[in-house]
Amino acid sequence: MVQLVLPKNSRVQKGKHHAAPAGAKKVKTFKIYRYDPEGTENPRWDTYDVDVEACGPMVLDVLIHIKNDIDPTLSFRRSCREGVCGSCAMNIGGRNTLACTHGHEEVPGKDCQISPLPHMPVIKDLIPDMSMFYAQYASIEPWLHTTTPEPQTEWRQSPEDREKLDGLYECILCACCSTSCPSYWWNGDKYLGPAALLHAYRWLIDSRDEATGDRLDELEDPFKLYRCHTIMNCAQVCPKGLNPAKAIGEIKKMLVDRVV
Amino acid sequence: MANYQFIDHKFDVVVVGAGGSGLRAALGCAQAGLKTACISKVFPTRSHTVAAQGGISASLGNMGEDDWRWHMYDTVKGSDWLGDQDAIEYLCRNAPAAVYELEHWGVPFSRTSEGKIYQRAFGGMTKNFGEAPIQRTCAAADRTGHAMLHTMYGQSLAHDTEFFIEYFALDLIMDEGVCRGVTAWKLDDGTLHRFQAQQVILATGGYGRAYFSATSAHTCTGDGGGMALRAGLPLQDMEFVQFHPTGIYGAGCLITEGARGEGGYLTNSEGERFMERYAPSVKDLAPRDMVSRAMTIEIREGRGVGPKKDHIFLHLDHLDPKMLAERLPGISESAKVFAGVDVTKEPIPVLPTVHYNMGGIPTNFYSEVVTRLGDDPDKVVPGLMAVGEAACVSVHGANRLGSNSLIDLVVFGRSAALRCADTIKAGATQPELKPAMTDGHLARFDKFRNASGGTTTATLRLEMQKAMQEDAAVFRTSESLASGVERLAAVHAKRPDLKVSDRGMIWNTDLLETLEFDNLVGQAITTVAGAHNRTESRGAHAHEDFPDRNDETWMKHTLTWFDDKTGKVAIDYRPVHSYTLTNDIAYIPPKARVY
Repeated sequence: MVQLVLPKNSRVQKGKHHAAPAGAKKVKTFKIYRYDPEGTENPRWDTYDVDVEACGPMVLDVLIHIKNDIDPTLSFRRSCREGVCGSCAMNIGGRNTLACTHGHEEVPGKDCQISPLPHMPVIKDLIPDMSMFYAQYASIEPWLHTTTPEPQTEWRQSPEDREKLDGLYECILCACCSTSCPSYWWNGDKYLGPAALLHAYRWLIDSRDEATGDRLDELEDPFKLYRCHTIMNCAQVCPKGLNPAKAIGEIKKMLVDRVV
Repeated sequence: MANYQFIDHKFDVVVVGAGGSGLRAALGCAQAGLKTACISKVFPTRSHTVAAQGGISASLGNMGEDDWRWHMYDTVKGSDWLGDQDAIEYLCRNAPAAVYELEHWGVPFSRTSEGKIYQRAFGGMTKNFGEAPIQRTCAAADRTGHAMLHTMYGQSLAHDTEFFIEYFALDLIMDEGVCRGVTAWKLDDGTLHRFQAQQVILATGGYGRAYFSATSAHTCTGDGGGMALRAGLPLQDMEFVQFHPTGIYGAGCLITEGARGEGGYLTNSEGERFMERYAPSVKDLAPRDMVSRAMTIEIREGRGVGPKKDHIFLHLDHLDPKMLAERLPGISESAKVFAGVDVTKEPIPVLPTVHYNMGGIPTNFYSEVVTRLGDDPDKVVPGLMAVGEAACVSVHGANRLGSNSLIDLVVFGRSAALRCADTIKAGATQPELKPAMTDGHLARFDKFRNASGGTTTATLRLEMQKAMQEDAAVFRTSESLASGVERLAAVHAKRPDLKVSDRGMIWNTDLLETLEFDNLVGQAITTVAGAHNRTESRGAHAHEDFPDRNDETWMKHTLTWFDDKTGKVAIDYRPVHSYTLTNDIAYIPPKARVY
């Protein structure tokens, strides 16, 4: 069951309500998870009645509007606001996505609930602790391994070989996929999760890389790779339209191929 | 004041910022055996380099003959002769090796049929000293910055760079004119840190968010420039702010110049390809300052598109959808999400949007920070370097050419690392830091943390952004700039009335945004002051009361110092280097800049 990681011995309380300003034209209610690590209080759900006519079309526009004009204490990560940096991943209306490319009108219903990415420790408000996710990414050694002396110019790669990297290299490490994966929820400490595995495959399939065998050895493990049960949540939520489950399937095939 | 304690760290080199230039510098220092820290307010792959689209320039010659001298000529002409030609030579000569290095690290460049790196046409890039457009910009589809940044972060994991992620740098530790380190605030546990180093490298990016509408990320708040100003150092050529011709109307998100490089073109309300009138030889591939001016004139003269006739159309709908999917997938997606446009069928509504700061912390081509001291215009500030958009080398002069910034990042990131390797002894003893060096840092931090006036940071920031947007735009006049100076002085005067609502130390983004705003203010003020002072038009600085370039008086870099207490700006100058690095190319003398 998808859930937030709450601070120890706590339960989420009903929080503050911020009413819409007088004269608001089109009001939508945003229910946002709040947690202050420096206070002694339980986490809470604050509700904000926002005049969506007064802000831009995306959920991030709403969050910025709340921070600028209603409640400056609300904390969340954001940067590029165009879906390439991966900072503002969160759970919006029950679905992991990027706040900056997700329109608030796309969220069904009158109210919109916003919480941090599930199953990650929460530092404050909508900000999860991503340390383990990053460590898992680093563990697949995301750099080109070569032993052949480097050429004077570029390594040659045919357009066909280059095409194999499409659908892989575009990953923005937002963690929407991994934190939507039940296998990752259950075995997040041992299973690498869809994002790290997508990157593992990106290097495995790169025609320039010369460490395919070593990379496969590293992945041949009951947990790191084989906890993927093709639930496919990863592919469903990826805000860049990538398919990590397919990449994982390809790695499994490579492992089979080298035995038979 | 609360009793703040520092946690101390000692390194040979501390790099502030983990975008393209910061990662390249950190990587090079670590490879040279120097104990290197890289601190960043965001996880490295979230730095704004990730949003660079079109490509990285280098005269590889994969699409036909090319020469680094041609690249140099284009860069000098693009800069409207304000660039320093020794630095430009360094950039263009070293560009091909820098791109091959990136490729060897694994950047997934698009390929030619021979398997070489694919190169596309970009504005102002020509062959044989201005003859005709050339394909010089190396591309990974339209996600070149993303591909580079992720690859470089991966590469730095393979080396011994120590990362301090989500640490916000506060101020430079200065000791009688020598930089000894930097203080920082760790966001996830609220602790304060003192990083001591023999060399600090600022790689903090631009300050695009001084404007209301920018392609820049929310995090582009010029923190290094703010720190340099507070340390009593000048910034250079701040009046030169690049407007990218094709920001999406409304949202401001970037549509790469590569869209025009691949055959796209602009039209006005009459359906006319108006760039043919402004730049007959290169048309839509003129440099950005010229295209932005042309678009602004078309709109002003009533030929804008849309119900308010206030923007321009960018057409890609005549191009092969297969090519668009292969070469321009990212902007096709952006156009869909932010403008609701299917690029294969409809034009994209676009508007010139703030994109890049040519100005910044003045450096030489070793990336060492310089200042003017008496008669010496090139006095090195010991212990301090700057690279990337934060710096002003100056290779971009008064106007940067598209795809010259990514190459700037890696070439000068590398040059900084080489210089560190040459000048620093690993593990050398460093002098003791005294509390007096950082008392001011803490006082400033505490002041903003407890700010309890009546004006929220968002309110005052908006007032600054609106003033910049209206008064320091594509075209400026004496009147608009005088107004800008006045409005920004008012913003500065209201700073003591700021109100911060969150008093916490952990991920207090209210305080974080206030510190960032404070960094922006000084740079906004020096930008309008420099612009008001420069009574000529050159590159991106188009002054309508002084429409011509005036080499006799203004062939010089503006230096601006900022007094944080009074808000006053002091102005002086550095000469433009009228020499090259070697005898392989002669100084390119100024002439009329027509395309």
